[in-house]
Amino acid sequence: MRIDTCGTSCPQPVLMTKKALDNNPSSDEIEVLTDNNTSKTNVKKYLLSNGFNVKIEEKDDAFVVRGIK
Amino acid sequence: MEKEKTLSEEKLSFFESKKGIVFTGAVVGIIAIILVALGNPKNMGFCIACFERDIAGALGLHRAAVVQYIRPEIIGLIIGAFITALAGKEFQSKGGSSPVTRFFLGIAVMIGALMFLGCPLRMVLRIGGGDLNAIVGLVGFAAGIVIGIVFLNKGFTLKRNYKTSSFDGYVMPIAGIGLFILLIAAPAFILFSTEGPGSQHAPILIALVCGLIVGALAQKTRLCMVGGLRDQIMFNQSYLLLGFVAIIVVTAIGNIALGSFKVGFAEQPIAHADGLWNFLGMLLVGWGSVLLGGCPLRQLILSGEGNSDSAVTVLGMIVGAAIAHNFALASSGKGPTANGQIAVIICFVFLIVLSVVNSDLVKKNN
Repeated sequence: MRIDTCGTSCPQPVLMTKKALDNNPSSDEIEVLTDNNTSKTNVKKYLLSNGFNVKIEEKDDAFVVRGIK
Repeated sequence: MEKEKTLSEEKLSFFESKKGIVFTGAVVGIIAIILVALGNPKNMGFCIACFERDIAGALGLHRAAVVQYIRPEIIGLIIGAFITALAGKEFQSKGGSSPVTRFFLGIAVMIGALMFLGCPLRMVLRIGGGDLNAIVGLVGFAAGIVIGIVFLNKGFTLKRNYKTSSFDGYVMPIAGIGLFILLIAAPAFILFSTEGPGSQHAPILIALVCGLIVGALAQKTRLCMVGGLRDQIMFNQSYLLLGFVAIIVVTAIGNIALGSFKVGFAEQPIAHADGLWNFLGMLLVGWGSVLLGGCPLRQLILSGEGNSDSAVTVLGMIVGAAIAHNFALASSGKGPTANGQIAVIICFVFLIVLSVVNSDLVKKNN
């Protein structure tokens, strides 16, 4: 599952991540694309606190925050 | 060209950790106490709304003679955030997320803050000084945040931002330097209060350095008064709320140690005891700040990071302060004004319309 939150800022990216996970409760992998540092950190924290391992990849000016259970 | 970093397992840095935000809150509390001890008005080590209002007055945008001063703390907050954002490669020039809406939201938030007599940060400092009116304000603030969250959950958004010209992000820090020059040079057209809160201030350089420190820390930790309650309610994340609590605890301890802790409603410094309008003023601030994505402090910090949407919000707040004093909307120690009460109600109508038309309640029909 991959969601693009580029251009949106706090708290929208976390809210979009939460909605995506709520709609797919069995999902054990998610990729969140964001273009700002605050959202990168907030999404990372949200995924960590929901039991995901998090890896972050930097692509051009954006980040892919990847959560894997 | 695609630059790709090796995948790495992510852990939290100090500033992303709860220790980091508690440390930041404690430093903000200590600095606020120091600034008051060195001359700032009581329970006003920091007040983003009051200080922007003082700057509006110094620039002659309003003529309330007791609240005119170029507050170096505001300049320090912007430039402190600018420096750490640059150093941490977090500086990005961007904007274009409903700027005019944000400008007017800035005005509304300022009108609410001047009804209560303080921004959320000063509300926290007032609580730490024993001012129970600020507890009433906090209840209103929380209610406003809850209303804002309802609309966020209904899809409220001011839409995305975009990269802007790289110079765009430098405008606010440069304007901050310009303001500092005006403060030092003190030309005749800049107005400085000779009595009242505007005349009470810590020495310029100390106030500037205090602003720089808090600006840097707030940029690193994303400290935000509205974000604390919002994230706790929406995502069960206590990180930002811990900063909020740390400020209260440290200022309370500091005030007790200095003998300036005074519990009660009556005769609190630069405050009034009209509970209903303290509640409604901060409800307006909380709701408006949720729609903006952050409290007045956070808007200042973001404006230093290159975010022109936040810069526009800050400018809206400064204009809002001028309107508030020119139209007699701002409260005083005696209480709210009738004009202020009408203005707060008009702002609520504005926020209701804004919240509905920018949410899924209407958007889906477009």
